[in-house]
Amino acid sequence: MAVLHGNEEAFSKILESGEPMLVDFFATWCGPCKMLAPIIEELAADYEGRLHVLKLDTDENQSLAMNYGIMNIPTVVLFQGGNEVDRLVGVLPKESFAQMIDAHL
Amino acid sequence: MTYDVLILGAGPAGLSAALQCAARGKTALVIGNPPRTSPLSKAERVDNYLGLPRINGRDMLNAFLAHAREAEGIDLLEGRALNAMSLSGVFYVTVGSEVYQGRAVILATGVARARPYPGEAELLGKGVSYCATCDGMLYRGREVVVVGLAQDAPEEAAMLSRIGCKVTYLAPKRPEELDAAIPFIKSGKLSILGEERVEGVLTDDKTLPCQGVFLLRDTIAPAALFPGLSLDGGYIRVDRTMATRLPGVFAAGDCTGLPLQIAKAVGEGQLAAHSAAQWLDAQKK
Repeated sequence: MAVLHGNEEAFSKILESGEPMLVDFFATWCGPCKMLAPIIEELAADYEGRLHVLKLDTDENQSLAMNYGIMNIPTVVLFQGGNEVDRLVGVLPKESFAQMIDAHL
Repeated sequence: MTYDVLILGAGPAGLSAALQCAARGKTALVIGNPPRTSPLSKAERVDNYLGLPRINGRDMLNAFLAHAREAEGIDLLEGRALNAMSLSGVFYVTVGSEVYQGRAVILATGVARARPYPGEAELLGKGVSYCATCDGMLYRGREVVVVGLAQDAPEEAAMLSRIGCKVTYLAPKRPEELDAAIPFIKSGKLSILGEERVEGVLTDDKTLPCQGVFLLRDTIAPAALFPGLSLDGGYIRVDRTMATRLPGVFAAGDCTGLPLQIAKAVGEGQLAAHSAAQWLDAQKK
């Protein structure tokens, strides 16, 4: 599964399915977000078939960002069973994200 | 483009490292604050640098800068490194909204004097931010406090105000560049309040309610940029070749420890670049 550049509709659809989903809340003008992008892509490849990986532009999806209390970008949120189960804020090594995912999958 | 070496810090150690990178045929990007913020540029008179008695600190730094600028393959960038990481053998460093890449890193950041504020670490990502350009948009229409510890903080405060944040500016002294329309509060001691989210700041004995706190410092502590570094009394631990415990990351100058002297910084910068160049060559084999 490649990284999906999502919108509210795509997000809601996966959320309702209850399947695990990793969401990268980012913005196009945010340097740290750009830096995180290759990590998100690698995670999508590593967890192929087991995890939806979605990127949400906080400018285009302001209400979603507000609803989930996104205070810094990048923020990466893990959903499972239709609920948020964990989140990580900021640019972190790939292993930190893998640990978070492994703890819940 | 990917530089051979990213050098964080444009003081004597960083500039000396840049010159040595050039001498070894390596490209380097030097990322640093404006020269006027360097402790050296504030030194009235330097008397212990070999061959240059009674030199003014600013003149000395300008001479260092001019020399580094002449060097082939060396770029200088004014700005502050905000985040760093390594992935598949490449180091990425963000400065503002740009990302720069290099295959080795030399830390020459000087001494970061700022201690974290109470509540800072606990509320990071819950209303505490180091990057106005990154997170500003998420605080439109909300009350935010800018703690102005960096030279360019007034500019960042103006940017936040322009995009619709309700900004209050806190600093020990009102900067001349601060927009007259932005309320200013003189502040020394500070702690950040809130449990799940930032609810306010306590400055001296006044509580200021807010939803966001932007802490804008000149230097981000190297250990915050590279969490794997090993420290010794707040200084970066290095070996005889200026290598840190992270492969491809070297350090030089005041950030490695006492004495905080120009000649030591210049020497260490040269050695760090020499070692970085050797390390890069060894990777190719």
